[in-house]
Amino acid sequence: MAESHDHITCQEVVELVTDYLEGALSPDDADLFEQHINFCDGCDWYVDQMRTTVAAVGRVREEDVPPEMRDRLLTAFREWKRK
Amino acid sequence: MAQVREDRPSSAAAAEEAELVARLRAGDEQAFESLVEAYHGTMLSVARNYVKTRDVAEEVVQEAWVGVLNGLDRFEGRSSLKTWVLSILVNTALTRGGREARSVPFSSLALAGEDEPAVEPERFRPPGAAFAGHWNGYPGDWSSLPAETLEGRETIDVVKAAIETLPDAQRSVIAMRDIAGCSAEEVCETLEVSAGNQRVLLHRARSHVRAALERHLDG
Repeated sequence: MAESHDHITCQEVVELVTDYLEGALSPDDADLFEQHINFCDGCDWYVDQMRTTVAAVGRVREEDVPPEMRDRLLTAFREWKRK
Repeated sequence: MAQVREDRPSSAAAAEEAELVARLRAGDEQAFESLVEAYHGTMLSVARNYVKTRDVAEEVVQEAWVGVLNGLDRFEGRSSLKTWVLSILVNTALTRGGREARSVPFSSLALAGEDEPAVEPERFRPPGAAFAGHWNGYPGDWSSLPAETLEGRETIDVVKAAIETLPDAQRSVIAMRDIAGCSAEEVCETLEVSAGNQRVLLHRARSHVRAALERHLDG
């Protein structure tokens, strides 16, 4: 955390952002974090970028199960069903 | 506001899962296919933490699916289906063991030598300067970007490529959390990492993907 506990720097914000989004900051630290992003457009945008990143990763669907793998698994499923 | 994820599946999700399990037990092939599609990528990422090559990881995933089918009658819904499937995967990877298994435990492997900052230090005002540690130039305002850009094929490919280059432990955590939608607790349980380490790995992984997106979006 910051050396002086009355504010945090932008460089600290970018390292605390995940703990903030995870709800893992202490209430005092969460207050400092929110005070900072309320007054700093750059960090407000950065936090928004991290949220956008999480959403973008969520759009990576595991669409590509290789066809051979799918076939092998379906064969295994049918064998299992017969038992 | 800070978001805190539910660690227990909601009752709606639990009911949906119970239905899926019932369909699987009844031998519904479509139910099995959708389950495979939903979990395959995450399982492969996780398996790669335990074995040396992608080929072996694929074999482990396949073996784990057979284990899931054989264990289906024993599934009681005490953990989520996802956690249960992933724990079978980890056990399969571990018992495959011997020469293939990594000798370094996951948790120490996870944090070794990956101590890079989320954002290059040059982008902040240097120590001793006025407003030390504050931005030299602000990062971009992505809320003004059109949804088609953010959700387009190119952007998704950038994200996928960035995830692919992550160290194994980080890739597993981001895949479980942000692709498969596991809770933090499910990740800790499955990978046997502490809550703190889980967050560090997630932070590094997300920060890395954000940086790749920034290069792509802000050029």
